[in-house]
Amino acid sequence: MSETNSPVLEIKTEAKDFVAHGVSTCAGCGLELAMRVVTRVLGRNTVIVIPPGCAALFSGYGNQTGLRIPGFQGNLENTAAIAAGIKAGFEVQGRGDINVLGFAGDGATVDIGLQSLSGAFERGDAILYVCYDNEGYMNTGIQSSGSTMYQAWTKTTPAGKTVPRKNVMEIVAAHRIPYAASASVGFVDDLRKKVEKAKSCGGPSYIHIHAPCSTGWGFEPEKTITLARLAVQTRVWPLYEIVDGTKYRITHSIARPKKVEEYLRLQARFKNLPDSAIADVQNQVDQEYEVLATRLNAQLTGAGSKTS
Amino acid sequence: MKRTMMDGNQAAAEAMRFARIRVVSAYPITPQSSIAETLADFVADGSLQAKYLRIESEHSALSSVIGAQLTGVRAGTATASVGLALMHEVMGVASGLRLPIVMPVVNRSLVSPWNLWCDHQDAMAERDSGWTQLYAENCQEVLDLILIAYRWSEYPKVLLPCMMNLDGFFLSHLTEVVMLPDQKTVDAFLPPYVPHNLLLDPDNPMFINNLTGPSEFTEMRFQQSLAFGEALETLPQVLEEFQQVFGRQYSLLDAYRCDDAEAVVVTMGSMSGTARYAVDQLRSEGKKVGALKVVCFRPFPVALLRQLLGGIPHVGVIDRSAGLGAESGPLCGEVRAALELESPEVSGFIAGLGGRDVRLETFRKAFDFLLNSPSTSNTTWLDVEANAMSIREVGV
Repeated sequence: MSETNSPVLEIKTEAKDFVAHGVSTCAGCGLELAMRVVTRVLGRNTVIVIPPGCAALFSGYGNQTGLRIPGFQGNLENTAAIAAGIKAGFEVQGRGDINVLGFAGDGATVDIGLQSLSGAFERGDAILYVCYDNEGYMNTGIQSSGSTMYQAWTKTTPAGKTVPRKNVMEIVAAHRIPYAASASVGFVDDLRKKVEKAKSCGGPSYIHIHAPCSTGWGFEPEKTITLARLAVQTRVWPLYEIVDGTKYRITHSIARPKKVEEYLRLQARFKNLPDSAIADVQNQVDQEYEVLATRLNAQLTGAGSKTS
Repeated sequence: MKRTMMDGNQAAAEAMRFARIRVVSAYPITPQSSIAETLADFVADGSLQAKYLRIESEHSALSSVIGAQLTGVRAGTATASVGLALMHEVMGVASGLRLPIVMPVVNRSLVSPWNLWCDHQDAMAERDSGWTQLYAENCQEVLDLILIAYRWSEYPKVLLPCMMNLDGFFLSHLTEVVMLPDQKTVDAFLPPYVPHNLLLDPDNPMFINNLTGPSEFTEMRFQQSLAFGEALETLPQVLEEFQQVFGRQYSLLDAYRCDDAEAVVVTMGSMSGTARYAVDQLRSEGKKVGALKVVCFRPFPVALLRQLLGGIPHVGVIDRSAGLGAESGPLCGEVRAALELESPEVSGFIAGLGGRDVRLETFRKAFDFLLNSPSTSNTTWLDVEANAMSIREVGV
């Protein structure tokens, strides 16, 4: 096939940083941006562990990989355990400065991987664990996970998910690790700062990145950032950090939240929701934010805490 | 060399310390727990320069050992029974990556029903997982075979992980004399670990274990298959080296009074001493019998087995696992296949499940069967009460 007839776009510039051009994620993939930002901040002295899932598209296929840093593709449930072993191996060789990054989807984190995540955090293994959350098993074809939003359609919740997502940030906080944060691909500066903090926190760290999925949620690929930002602006996905498991801080405050309906209406996974169900989702989001606000307020009123 | 009293689990931990593992990741399970404890003591008292991961499951134990070994150090764990079963998914990861991890497996039954005691069903369920398998008969063998396993597994042509099996309680908790070598002698036999092929290192980045398609997957498995062939050729050399350094002789298959035997019983693990005792007793009664102990089960030494048992009229194999749904237990199946074109009639026996003793009487029954009964392809369960309803008092 001659070059002019090739359906494949030839990119002649070299990819910046650590992620190749043209990785075969879906158009508009939120995770792809998360991968680029996180690896860029961590830098060359990093080893990544990726379980099966959408991020495995960066692991590559056959003799090709999408990453310039060393990496290992583990199993679905043992990302944190493999990362802990890698970190231990480096530490005993005097190379504890190497960043060991677990980079797993929500299914591999909040469902099947929760045990190994908890084990590593309890032991204090100094890994950075990033969960990119596209709210379901998207790589296997859009099935519901424990992180799928209330009322969302997936192929295993054909009539809408009847229960809210689990709050993994609270589970992580219960381990009292030095640093945990929620983040979003719609707020890259905020994400970048959080990765910097995680990198230098001196212990286990966790960043849970909201990463909209055009394929699984049913929106136009160019709307990824719009959706990511709306999730934050509606308080569906508040941006905050937790230091030492107890010190909560909102990193991007939303004084006047938009209606959740505005967020839901842009996504096919909510298209059959009656008004009553939309009100239910709004209530659920409000209640969840109240819980977070309680944590924040407890701190504001607590003795000796800063109010910045 | 020092004469020391210790049990099999202590011997296993001593061997791992001698091998200078740098990362330990262990999860307690009966009857393995004292290996995890002893290694923790070694790390705490500084006699083992390693990081100890107090891991939260066997699945994570092997996962973290894989991760650590990929950075270029020896990493160790040990397990038993359902712990090994929980590891199953990652057993194939270790072998597919060609990581020469050596893991003591303290053999114990699988559920159901719950049972804490020895048989080989845990190990047999892993027999196609790409790990080599050695079986120890006593505590000295536990120590020696682990050192041998490291040397063997790390040969660049081999690069296979090894399960070193020791019978739960019969060895793990049996205290006997073990000759402990000194570290210098071990270091001469077992050089520092040198990783081959796969290595995680930011200075030389590579991506390991990504998706591999039908155009390459078969070749990956074929390479592993070739490695088992290399392992079979390499082990006798390693045993020879071991004998030169430590003075103790081992073989892949250990034949006892088999030369003119009319009947030979094949065993693995701690029951093998009783088998030889039975042979001596029957020989003194004028019966031509012998015993053969399988030390190396994976790779299975087919040619050597044919050489040792090819002319024996009657061979019986005692499996310490049930082989449910198969014509025989797994060891018997291997022996029968190996001797298919030779003269022996191979009979299968099942005994010693869930910690039941394999006694002198058990072997006498087996030999009696081999010498007096017409040969059969059926499998005979020894020491079994055919009517299970008779073993408990059943209320009216």
